[in-house]
Amino acid sequence: MRMILHYLKPHRWGMLCGFLIKVLGTFADLGLPWVLAYILDNVVPLGRISLVLWWGVVMAGLAVAARLLNIKANRMASKVARDTIEVIRHDLFHKILYLSGSQTDAFGIPSLISRLTSDSYNVHSMIGRVQRIGVRAPIILVGGILITFTLEPVLTLVLIATLPLLSVIVYRVSKKGIPLYTKVSQSVDSVVRVMRENISGIRVVKALSKTDYEYGRFRENNRVLAENEFKAGITMAISSPMMNLILNLGLTAIVVVGAYRVNAGDSGPGGIVAFLSYFTMILNAMMSITRVFVDISKATASADRIALVLASEDELAVREGLQAGQEDAHAAGKEGAPAAQVSDSGAARIEFEHVSFGYHAKDGKKDKLCLKDIDFRIMPGESLGILGATGSGKSTIANLMMRFYDVSEGCVKIDGRDVREYTPQSLREKFSVVFQNDTVFNDSLLENIRFGREIDDAAVVRAAKDACAYDFIMEKEGALEYEAAIGGANLSGGQKQRLLITRALAGRSEILVLDDSSSALDYKTDAKLRQAIRAGYAGMTIVMIAQRVSSLMGLDHILVLEDGEAIGYGTHEELMEHCAVYREIYEVQMGGM
Amino acid sequence: MAGGIRNTKQLDTANAGRPQSHKPRDTKGALRGLWGYLCRYRALLLLALILTISGNLLALVGPKLSGRAIDAIEPGKGAVDFDTVFYYAGLMVVFYIASSLFSYLLSFVMQTISRKMARQMRDDVFHKLLSLPVGYFDTHLSGDIISRVSYDIDVINTSLSTDLVQICASVITVVGSFAMMVSIEPKLILVMVVTIPMSIFYTKYMAGKTRPLFRTRSVKLGAMNGFVEEMVSGQKTIGAYAREEVITRRFDAVNKEAVDAYYIADYYSCLVGPTVNFINNISLSLVTVFGAILYLLGQLTLGNISSFVLYSRKFSGPINEAANIISELQSALAAAERVFKLLGEEPETADVPGAVQLENVRGNVDIKGVFFGYTKERTIIKNLYMTAKEGSMIAIVGPTGAGKTTIINLLMRFYDVDGGEIYVDGHETKELTRASLRRAYAMVLQDTWVFGGTIFENIAYGKEDATMEEVVAAAKAAHIHSYIMRLPDGYQTILSENGVNISKGQKQLLTIARAMLLDAKMLILDEATSNVDTRTEIRIQKAMRRLMAGKTCFVIAHRLSTIQHADRILVVDHGDVVEQGTHGELMEKKGFYYQLYASQFE
Repeated sequence: MRMILHYLKPHRWGMLCGFLIKVLGTFADLGLPWVLAYILDNVVPLGRISLVLWWGVVMAGLAVAARLLNIKANRMASKVARDTIEVIRHDLFHKILYLSGSQTDAFGIPSLISRLTSDSYNVHSMIGRVQRIGVRAPIILVGGILITFTLEPVLTLVLIATLPLLSVIVYRVSKKGIPLYTKVSQSVDSVVRVMRENISGIRVVKALSKTDYEYGRFRENNRVLAENEFKAGITMAISSPMMNLILNLGLTAIVVVGAYRVNAGDSGPGGIVAFLSYFTMILNAMMSITRVFVDISKATASADRIALVLASEDELAVREGLQAGQEDAHAAGKEGAPAAQVSDSGAARIEFEHVSFGYHAKDGKKDKLCLKDIDFRIMPGESLGILGATGSGKSTIANLMMRFYDVSEGCVKIDGRDVREYTPQSLREKFSVVFQNDTVFNDSLLENIRFGREIDDAAVVRAAKDACAYDFIMEKEGALEYEAAIGGANLSGGQKQRLLITRALAGRSEILVLDDSSSALDYKTDAKLRQAIRAGYAGMTIVMIAQRVSSLMGLDHILVLEDGEAIGYGTHEELMEHCAVYREIYEVQMGGM
Repeated sequence: MAGGIRNTKQLDTANAGRPQSHKPRDTKGALRGLWGYLCRYRALLLLALILTISGNLLALVGPKLSGRAIDAIEPGKGAVDFDTVFYYAGLMVVFYIASSLFSYLLSFVMQTISRKMARQMRDDVFHKLLSLPVGYFDTHLSGDIISRVSYDIDVINTSLSTDLVQICASVITVVGSFAMMVSIEPKLILVMVVTIPMSIFYTKYMAGKTRPLFRTRSVKLGAMNGFVEEMVSGQKTIGAYAREEVITRRFDAVNKEAVDAYYIADYYSCLVGPTVNFINNISLSLVTVFGAILYLLGQLTLGNISSFVLYSRKFSGPINEAANIISELQSALAAAERVFKLLGEEPETADVPGAVQLENVRGNVDIKGVFFGYTKERTIIKNLYMTAKEGSMIAIVGPTGAGKTTIINLLMRFYDVDGGEIYVDGHETKELTRASLRRAYAMVLQDTWVFGGTIFENIAYGKEDATMEEVVAAAKAAHIHSYIMRLPDGYQTILSENGVNISKGQKQLLTIARAMLLDAKMLILDEATSNVDTRTEIRIQKAMRRLMAGKTCFVIAHRLSTIQHADRILVVDHGDVVEQGTHGELMEKKGFYYQLYASQFE
C-alpha cells in the first residue's frame, strides 16, 4: 500500500484538484434535497408559485453543475490512474529484467508474470475506482452532515451517531473476510493444479486407468474450494443488510426525534423530508463503498506482491575491492596474454578459482552444494568443453560465469577481474550465449537474431550461414521476415537451436557459451557447425556444454563433472588416458555398443 | 504441453484480456444447460424467490410509513400527534429489521445454491474431461480448458447468484414503487414518464458507443500480457545479451497502448454515472416543484411529497442498474456457452457392447493393414503391417515427425485406426475394453509426467497397493533412490511445480521407476531416456534390461545404439514403413537406416 502512495505522490496536486472538483460536484448533488427542504419549509408558506418555479430552476442548475463537475473529476481520476500504473509497470518490468538468477528462482517466472499483469491490473482499477466511487461515499457522508447541520443540528447528531456503528461493521467484516478470500484463492490454485496435471498427463492417467482416482482427487479439492467460497461469501454478505438496517433505524430515529423538534417549534417538517432524502443518498453511497472495499483489499494484496519485487535488493550491484591483490592478478593476466592480443582477437580469459556454489547456500544449507571447489583457467581464444551427468552442475558453471548467481566461495574472474566488479552490462557484453531451452521470441527471424542489437544484414547472413541456419531460413515464407510463433512453436527443435546459435554468433562478443544447444541437430549438422565455429570464430573464447563426447572432443580443455565435482580435466587424449568415466562415456557413445 | 507452466494468476489476466467478441454461439444450448442446473435446486430457488419478494415488499412499505409519520408531524409546533408518530416509527423498525433479516437469509440461501451449483459444475466438467479422447487435449490449449473451470464457471455462478436475485428484487421494487407512487399521486407520475425513458435510452446509447472501446481495451491488455509473458520467460536471455534497456523501451510502448486504451474507455464510460444521476436529479427537481405546487393547491400532503421522493429514488435505482446487469448476464451467457460446449463434446467412444476383458496377457501384437490420420485430409500411417511375438523387442526409428509416436497412440487406442486392425493375443483391440487393453501396457514417455503428491505416490501411481519396499526397490533399480534420500523428506517429499528443484532427467527416472512397479506384459518406451544423460543411461541400462525382460517392447529411440539388439527394427519416414528388419539386415541393405546410422559418426 505504501508503494502505491509513493507512486501517487507526483500526482498529489492533480489528485487534490480532482478531489476538490469531486467535492464541489458532490455538494451540488447534496444541495438538491437542501433546496427541497427550503422550498417546503420557507417558500411554500409564501404561497407564490412563481417563486417555487425559480427555486426549481436553481435545483436544475445544481443538477447540471453536479454532472459537469463529476465527469471532470472522474476523468481526472482516470488520468491519474493511467499515469501512475504506467510508471509502476515500467519500474516493475525494468526491475524484473535485472533480477538475479536466485531472485528469479525465488519469485518464480509465472508469479513474476502475474505480478506484472493481473496484479498491476488490480491496482490500476483500484486507483481509478477509489477516486471515482470510493471518495464519493465519505464526501456524501461528511457533506451530508455539514449541510444538514445548517438545516437542523440536533437531527444531524442522529446521523453522526450511526457513523461509529457503520465503521465497526466495515472494519470487522473486512478483517474477517480478507483472510477468507486468501484461502479461496489458495483452493482455486489447487483445483487448477489438479486439472493441469490431468490435462498434461492424460495419457498416463488413461493408460493406468486412474480416472476414478483422479476424479476423487479433484472432487476433494473442489469440495474444499466450494466450502471456502461459501464461508467467504457468507461473511461478506453480512455487511450489506447490517448497514442497511443501521441506516434505516437512523432514519426512523430521525422521524421520532424530528417529531419532538417540530412539536417544540425548533424545526420545520420539510427538514425531516430532506433528512430522509439524505439518508437514502448515504445508504446508496455506502452500498457502493462495500464494493470498492473488496477492490481495495484485492488491490492491497496485489500491491504488496508488486512492492516485494520492487523492494528486492539489487543483488547484482557492482562490488568493489573484493579481491586483495586484484591488481597483481590483472598484471599477471597481461603477462600471460599480452593486452594487444586481447583486444585484437576480441577474446577473454576465464578463471575459476576454487569455486563452490549452492543455490540455497545463503540459507546456510552448505550440504547442498552444486559445485565444489572448481578450479580452471582458460586463456583467450581457447575452448572449454563441459561434460557431465544430469544435475552435475554443468549449466551452473555458465550461470556463474555470467553472474546470474554469485559464488558461495572462491571467485570467478574474467580477464583477471572478479565478475562481481563488473557492471552486469559490461560483463555480459563480453558474452554470446545459447542456453538450454533458450527463448525464441514471437517476432521475425531477423529480429530474433538481431535481438535489439545493431547488427547489419551482412553479419546476420554470415552468422546464419555459419550456424547452418541460412538454408532453412531461406525456405521460409518471407525468409528473414518470417514470423516465429510464441516459443518458436512453428519451428522444429533443430531449427530453433540453429536460430539461437545464429543469434549468438551474430553478436561477435569475446566469449561464446553454448549450453547443450545442438542436442536436436543431427550428427552431420552438428559437425558442420563445429567446423564453422572453429574456422570463423577462432578469436573467441568458447565454452561448450554437451552430452555428446563427439561435440567436445576437439576442444582445448574438457571438464568432466560428477555431482558438482571435477573428476577430470584435460584434453581428449589426456582424459582418455586418465579419466575412467570419460572413457566409458566415449566408448558407449562412439560405437563400443 | 503448451501452457503447462501457467498458473492461476496468469489465467486471470488471460481472461481480463480476452476479447469480448464471440465465435458462433449456441445461446439456446447454454440456456437449456443452465436451466438444467438451476432445476436441481428448485426448492432452494423457490425459497430464495419468496425471500426476495417478501424482503423487498417489506422495504417498500418503509417510505409509506415514514410519510404517514410525517403527516402526523406536519401540523407543526405543539400539534404533533405523537401516538401516530410512535405507532408508525415502531412499525418502521419492525419492517426494517424484518427486511434486513430476510435479505441476509436470502444471501445465505443464494450462497448455498451457488456453492452447490459451482461445485457440481466443476465436478461435471472435470468428469467430462476425463472421458474425452486424448485427441481433445492434443488440439486444445490447456490454459483454455482450465479457464473454463477457474474463470467461466465463476462468472456464471456470480452472475446467477447475484443477478438473479437482483433482477427479482428490481422487478418488485420497480413495480412496487410505481404502484406506491400511483397510489400517492398519479399526476406526479408524469415526471417519471419523461425521465425514465431518458435514462434507459441514454445508457443503451452509451453502452453501444463504449463497447468497441472496451473491446479494444481487452485486446491491448491481452497484447501486453502476451508481451510480458514472453519477455519475463526469456529474462535470462535478455540479461545474457544485456538487452534490458531495449526490451524495456519496447515494453513501454506496449504498456502505453494498454493504459491509453484503458483510459479512453474510462473517458467515455464515466459519462454514464453522472449523467444518469443528472437525470434523477432533474426528476427530483420536477417532483419537488410540481409537488410543492400541488401542495399549495392543497392536493397533496407534505408526507406524501416525502414518500413520493423516496419512492422515486427507489424506482430509478434498479433502472440505472439494468444496463450493468444486462452486460453481466451477457458475459455469464458467453461463459456458459463455453462451459456447455465442453460438456457437450463427444466422449471417447464407448467400448463395443460385449467388449472382452483382456486377461492373462501374453503379448502377441499384430498390426494388419492399418491406415490412420489425425485429420481426414492427411493420412499419416498408410497400410502398416507388423507382427510382434511375445517377449520380442520392436524398435521404431525415423526422423522427427515421421509418425513414430502415432503408432504408440494406436497401440494403446488413444486414437482409433481409420482402417485395418490391430490384434493383441488374437483379439481385435476394438473388441476389448479400453481399460484392460491399456493396463496390459507399461509406458515411459518423452513427456515425463509427475503430479503434485509425494514421491512415493508418484512411483506407486500405477499400483495402488504397492508397499514401501516395492517402491524403494523400483527407485533403486531406476537409480533415483539415492537422490530421493538426499531430499529433506525422502519419499514423502511433495513434488510441486515450483517446489522441489527436480530436473527433467530425474523426473524421467521417476517415471521409469513407476513403470518398473507395473506388472504389464507389454512395454512402451517412447524416447524413455531422452532427458537422461549418457552416464546415467549407462547406469540404468541394466535396470532397463530387467524392465524389458520377458515383455513385448516397443521402443522409440533417437540413439540408434540402444536399439541394435531389437528383434525387428521399423524404419519410418513420412508415415510409411520404408524398411523392416534386424540391425544386421538393414545395415547390409545400405538404405535409409544405413544412412541414419552412418550420420552419427560424421
